[in-house]
Amino acid sequence: MSEFFADIKTQTFLQFALATGLLASVACGVIGSFVVARRITYIAGGIAHTVLAGLGAARYCQVTYGWQWFHPLYGAVIAALLAAAVIGTVSLAAHQREDTIIGAVWAVGMAVGILFIFKTPGYNVDLMSYLFGNILIVSRDDLWLIALLDGFIVAVTILFYNRFLAVCFDEEFARIRGVPVERYYLLLLAMTALTVVLLVTVVGIVMVIALLTLPAAVAGHFVKRLSHMMILATVCTALFTLSGIVVSYGPNLPSGATTIVIAGVAYLAVMLFEWLRTFGRSS
Amino acid sequence: MIEEPTGRDGVIPMREEFIATGEAKEKVVEMSDVNFSYNGTPVLRDVTFAVERGDFLSIVGPNAGGKTTLLKLILALLKPSSGSIAVFGESPVMARSRIGYMPQTASLDLQFPVTVNDVVLMGRLGGTGSWGIFGGEDRRAAEEALRRVEMQDFRNRAFSDLSGGQRQRVLIARALVSGPELLLLDEPTSNIDVAVETEFFELLKELNSRMTIVLVTHDLGFVSKYVGRVACVNQKVFIHPTSSISGEMINELYGADVKMVRHDGNLMTRMCNV
Repeated sequence: MSEFFADIKTQTFLQFALATGLLASVACGVIGSFVVARRITYIAGGIAHTVLAGLGAARYCQVTYGWQWFHPLYGAVIAALLAAAVIGTVSLAAHQREDTIIGAVWAVGMAVGILFIFKTPGYNVDLMSYLFGNILIVSRDDLWLIALLDGFIVAVTILFYNRFLAVCFDEEFARIRGVPVERYYLLLLAMTALTVVLLVTVVGIVMVIALLTLPAAVAGHFVKRLSHMMILATVCTALFTLSGIVVSYGPNLPSGATTIVIAGVAYLAVMLFEWLRTFGRSS
Repeated sequence: MIEEPTGRDGVIPMREEFIATGEAKEKVVEMSDVNFSYNGTPVLRDVTFAVERGDFLSIVGPNAGGKTTLLKLILALLKPSSGSIAVFGESPVMARSRIGYMPQTASLDLQFPVTVNDVVLMGRLGGTGSWGIFGGEDRRAAEEALRRVEMQDFRNRAFSDLSGGQRQRVLIARALVSGPELLLLDEPTSNIDVAVETEFFELLKELNSRMTIVLVTHDLGFVSKYVGRVACVNQKVFIHPTSSISGEMINELYGADVKMVRHDGNLMTRMCNV
């Protein structure tokens, strides 16, 4: 840990990593609270794994056709939004088949990504960083992009907070009150998709769900309003990612996995605390 | 659980507005020849009935008999396979803003992080401001609605911390907060114990002086005591005045789990297996 504090002053990549962690916390805390409260973790997971198809396809085009402008991040955004649109439309139209469709999108997205990566010429280390994230390779441009996304998500959430709340809590009632439920639900999924893409850089595809849900779940134990959950979840995510970076740096551990383990331990601690409290009360 | 119906000669006293006939009242809900099927299975058949302004109508019937479906048709949450529905003389979608709706509490996620006040304010959506940001008027209306159901002291409590009966009161406040002319309640008595039941129906009776009420219930003791008319729903819908049920009959019928009501004539017909 002391190595980290020695290097942080000189190494810009470390400073960028910390900034990424902090900025990502905002989108993660806000959208993660929606995901946990509305119970759409599985949808977020489906979107996350479809991101691999976009990343793989974009990388393939870059290497094979020389489309240097087609940054994998663009591919990821397109794939995530497409997945959100498909899953959202299906879940609005036919509730009973929702999980099957999500499962299909999830696996097919992943398979397409693997095929592209497999056929991309040259030795490929990208796959590992896509799957498990690498917060240490974030560039200045990435930081701007994340900040922009944060701004968008926070602005939309503040503007439509009451409608999102009603749609998430009681869809039918919101519809009766004249809220265009479909539009808000799809907008929520689109924001979830963008957040997922952002988090892929931080913790990777496999662990996106954990970072979306664990901080919000921890926050959920201490609050009684969705807006408070968002704020506390943002703080929790910031703490988890920052401590993940700090702890993993010295022993050269993967920072994404370290972050998730810390978040998981915190969640278990909160659960245990809660259990002890109710146990103490009942005995 | 079920109290003896009171009234002279064991007959439940009639409510005047349902005896008076011939007077043309505004039709609040009008269904004619409505059919509804779900995945090819008929749920409602040839439903024709009307709810008039000031009515207090209870919908009873067996589970999956179509009670909630009937409410959802009125709310335009479902579309009939055939037939026509008019609410306040217009299409049900257009009339939504004049309706207050309380769903079954079982349909809600009780872990959801919202306060009582948050829930009630949802009833103000679609009213003011196109962005759905609440102003002082909305807050005052929410306060007033909570006072109506005597839940004002719970304003800042988490919805998940409430008891079943308290949650139902909050959902009624949410239905009332928009100032509706028609109140639709789905199983409002399912979590209410006998002690507060009377109080609860005093509230509904008071509300009924200003708005039309339609409620779905399985609690027949309540139906016979407070409600003006009963709609028995089991694919088909039959409307009866509750005024002619005798106490003896109810006792007898509860044993058999069957409700008997008087049809238009003198004939007693077994209509609903509840």
